[in-house]
Amino acid sequence: MSEILNFHFDVDGDDFTSAGKASVQVKKNLRQLGLPPEIIRRVSIAMYEGEINMVIHAGGGKADVNVTEEYVEILLCDNGPGIKDVEQAMQEGFSTATDNIRSLGFGAGMGLPNMKRYSDYMDIKSKVGEGTDITMRVNIN
Amino acid sequence: MKINTIKDLLNADIICCEDGLEHHVYSACGSDMMSDVLAYVKDQAVLMTGLVNSQVIRTAEMMDMKCIVFVRSKLPTAEMIELAKDSGIVLLATSKRMYEACGILYSNGLVGNRARNV
Ligand SMILES: Nc1ncnc2c1ncn2[C@@H]1O[C@H](COP(=O)(O)OP(=O)(O)O)[C@@H](O)[C@H]1O
Ligand SMILES: [Mg+2]
Repeated sequence: MSEILNFHFDVDGDDFTSAGKASVQVKKNLRQLGLPPEIIRRVSIAMYEGEINMVIHAGGGKADVNVTEEYVEILLCDNGPGIKDVEQAMQEGFSTATDNIRSLGFGAGMGLPNMKRYSDYMDIKSKVGEGTDITMRVNIN
Repeated sequence: MKINTIKDLLNADIICCEDGLEHHVYSACGSDMMSDVLAYVKDQAVLMTGLVNSQVIRTAEMMDMKCIVFVRSKLPTAEMIELAKDSGIVLLATSKRMYEACGILYSNGLVGNRARNV
């Protein structure tokens, strides 16, 4: 099979309760495709962190997952406030999350570093006032 | 340790997915910060937490965990229970506090970190 499978999701930014829905669905889909559990776990965690970020920092966005023979690609796209200093945002522990977010269990500043750790390739394009596009790939072999 | 033993040791109530009680688990973690669970947990199959929201269930699902224990008499919402059922994650609830609940399981052999391939 050389065709690319695509899963698309609109990520609702107004409802914290539903954050992570897309990632749970992707995990199910990847299991159905029979991908190795370790690959599925890495994709799941990376996408979940990214999806949560879109909800808590950017007011929602869009997520696309492409599955090719070589890798699983996660594209996250939002029209949120953007990231002023990506290098700083990538530091472990750096977070602009409010106490309210922390009381919900998030905002430790480990999301972006975690996404980097679990993916084989990660690219962040962000512009203040315009939004953030993140591409991650997890190699299958 | 069987999940059923966890239930007995913590005097916990089963909230859903009874079928999973016979599963064996080898390590656990305790946290109210899902961010930390996502960043630091490796193979731990049990999550002890005092946090109650849907992200607790989704985080456990992302980490391939088998069981969540709610401490301090916290109870999950109906929506959380549905999510857990969908993922086959056993939910337990105990009146014990985090420190005590973790201590009981640890001293009965459920460690925090298990070397891989053992
Ligand atoms: N999609 C996004 N839009 C705007 N800012 C973001 C986005 N994702 C991350 N950030 C910024 O990068 C910081 C670090 O992100 P992360 O490592 O996930 O930590 P946390 O989410 O716990 O704050 C966030 O606090 C936020 O300032
Ligand atoms: Mg984050």
